[in-house]
Amino acid sequence: MNTAVQRPARLAALGLAFGAVAFALVWVLFAARNTNFDPAIQDPRSFFVTLLNAVTFAGLLFIVASGFSLIFGLMRVVNMAHGSFFLLGGYIAWDLQQRWTGSGFTIPGTEVNTAEWILPALAAAASIAVVGLVVQQVFLRWNQGKDLQQALITIAISVVVADQVIAHFNEGIASTVTWPGWTNRIVDLRIFDVQYSVARLAVLALGIIIGLLLWLWLYRTRTGMVIRAGVDDRDMTSALGINIQITFAIAFMIGSALAAFGGAVFASQAGVASGQDGQWLLNSLVVVIIGGMGSLVGAVAGSLLYGLVFSFSAAYLPAAYTQYSIVFTFILLALVLAFRPRGLFGRDA
Amino acid sequence: LTRELKTTVERGIGVGALVVAALGPFVFNDYWVNSILTSTFLLGIAAASLIFLSAYGGMISLAQVAMYGIAGFALGNMVTDGTPKGLDLGWDPWLSVFLAILITVAIGLLFGAVASRSLGIYFLMITLTYAVIVNLFFGQVTQLSGFSGISGIARQAPDLVGGGTDRTRLYYTALILAVLVYALIRFVLRTPFGIALQGIRDDPVRMSSLGYNVPLHRTLAFGLAAFIASLAGILYVWWNGQIDPATVGLQNTIDLLVIAVIGGLARVEGAWLGALVFIVIDNYVRDVSVPVLGGSFNTIIGFIFLAIVIVSPDGLMGVWDRLTRRARQGDSDEPPPEPAPITTTAHP
Repeated sequence: MNTAVQRPARLAALGLAFGAVAFALVWVLFAARNTNFDPAIQDPRSFFVTLLNAVTFAGLLFIVASGFSLIFGLMRVVNMAHGSFFLLGGYIAWDLQQRWTGSGFTIPGTEVNTAEWILPALAAAASIAVVGLVVQQVFLRWNQGKDLQQALITIAISVVVADQVIAHFNEGIASTVTWPGWTNRIVDLRIFDVQYSVARLAVLALGIIIGLLLWLWLYRTRTGMVIRAGVDDRDMTSALGINIQITFAIAFMIGSALAAFGGAVFASQAGVASGQDGQWLLNSLVVVIIGGMGSLVGAVAGSLLYGLVFSFSAAYLPAAYTQYSIVFTFILLALVLAFRPRGLFGRDA
Repeated sequence: LTRELKTTVERGIGVGALVVAALGPFVFNDYWVNSILTSTFLLGIAAASLIFLSAYGGMISLAQVAMYGIAGFALGNMVTDGTPKGLDLGWDPWLSVFLAILITVAIGLLFGAVASRSLGIYFLMITLTYAVIVNLFFGQVTQLSGFSGISGIARQAPDLVGGGTDRTRLYYTALILAVLVYALIRFVLRTPFGIALQGIRDDPVRMSSLGYNVPLHRTLAFGLAAFIASLAGILYVWWNGQIDPATVGLQNTIDLLVIAVIGGLARVEGAWLGALVFIVIDNYVRDVSVPVLGGSFNTIIGFIFLAIVIVSPDGLMGVWDRLTRRARQGDSDEPPPEPAPITTTAHP
């Protein structure tokens, strides 16, 4: 690609990219006009809140997208049903919590203790892990390497799941899982007088915990070692006498479970509703396209970048143009792909 | 069947279908002409843009519904006058059509350029993000559409295509455009550009070493597909009269993929076959309920899609090709042609 003809174009694009980033920084820090918030030096509090929103959103993004990335990195399966697993997970957690606490439509937060949140969420993750295992064994095992056919199969599954969710879970209308009571308050962070929701900080904490667990699993256990070897060279790993099929099954289960757990978290934060499967498939796709497939660091970086762009473009665009913030998602994608077609931390397959 | 005979049979079927289509308004009732055949032609055009990219460019694009939506929204904003939604510019109908196509092609070239260096499954994922971004864009930007969308576009259609009331004229417009699009694709494939594109589909690395600019060819192909999709979008708003963000939603994006897969991702003819099958199912199987599982029409569509992808990834055209090939193998010693691989990794 680095022929003499293409180099000036590449330099120009690089200049453009840096220019855009620099302009965005200067705008947010010093120059913001007619926006919802004043520039950061005049209004550090709003800046800090936006930053917190970005990072907590990134925590949730990471939970969902790391599962997507794990599955793709190891098996080269683009699981288009990842958003459906997310949605299904959210609804299962909602359904279990409703049954368990025996409450009606909305449960007062004070009546939910920690176990009544964690157990439904984990049960949802476990059920979707089983669903994922079945999908992988029945539909994705006999056609390994045919990545397009596999993607189409998972799209078909997502069509069925989307319809089944409407048929069986609250008619697909928005349903909210209730956070445990102790998160339902505002904490004073003692920085720029920021008061912030404990529940949103809990999302960030969950993201970090899951990130650490994934790191320990991938870098400190034998299964993790096999998975990393499989990501690098599947055939060689298999040739060394390792039963890669069992590793595939485990990775697919964990990846699906992460989608479902993310769904339960999102259902607690904002509520799940039919139709959000597409939105969260997009979120997962953007994160892994930016960060690179199959890379844990990439998933962290992709989540943070996307979270930052998402929050700051909504908050610091001139108020009349706030609705155009989605364009910045595209710009971010375009800038990364222009230089790294396989994402920031992606490697050639 | 020998290859020559097969071609003759296919030509015969094609001409027969065209004759029936040309006599359509005299043969079929109004419901079929308007609700089934007209939308078959226009969705077939959109599906043809998808199949053109996949069959000859090796790129599965999920952004074709987004492209046709952009054309539809652009036309709606420019042409309507006195409606509460959209920019309401009230421009000349033909000028608006021209500009709508121009805008769509420009955005198509931009989208194509960004995705042009990503291969196979990455391309599919990137175009899926385009689809969702376009959907969210029109859902959020209330000046250009808002949640309820733009209506009253059909009233502003030029008289030549029926002015929104003469459905027979619209039927023939859609039919003629479908034939022209088919001819255009067949023509492009024989140009040096089309041949280079097929070379890139088969082996991008070799074509690159031969001095072809691979990303440029991909970008131009995506732009051409955007042009074809924009025709479908314009027909759609003339036919439907109204366009809203759900038109470019994930549901429709996947429906178009289902159409293309039913028809067959490897041959352009499959676009209209797939569209006809899908729309007939859509119109006549709407009200069934699914036994055991529960759910609606979409569960059935999902299972049909699943069955086709598993049994015959090349769709109905693939079934036809295989049947004729089997018949041929019986009476000749000609080696069977290598079946097209269904992986998107064009290169080991």
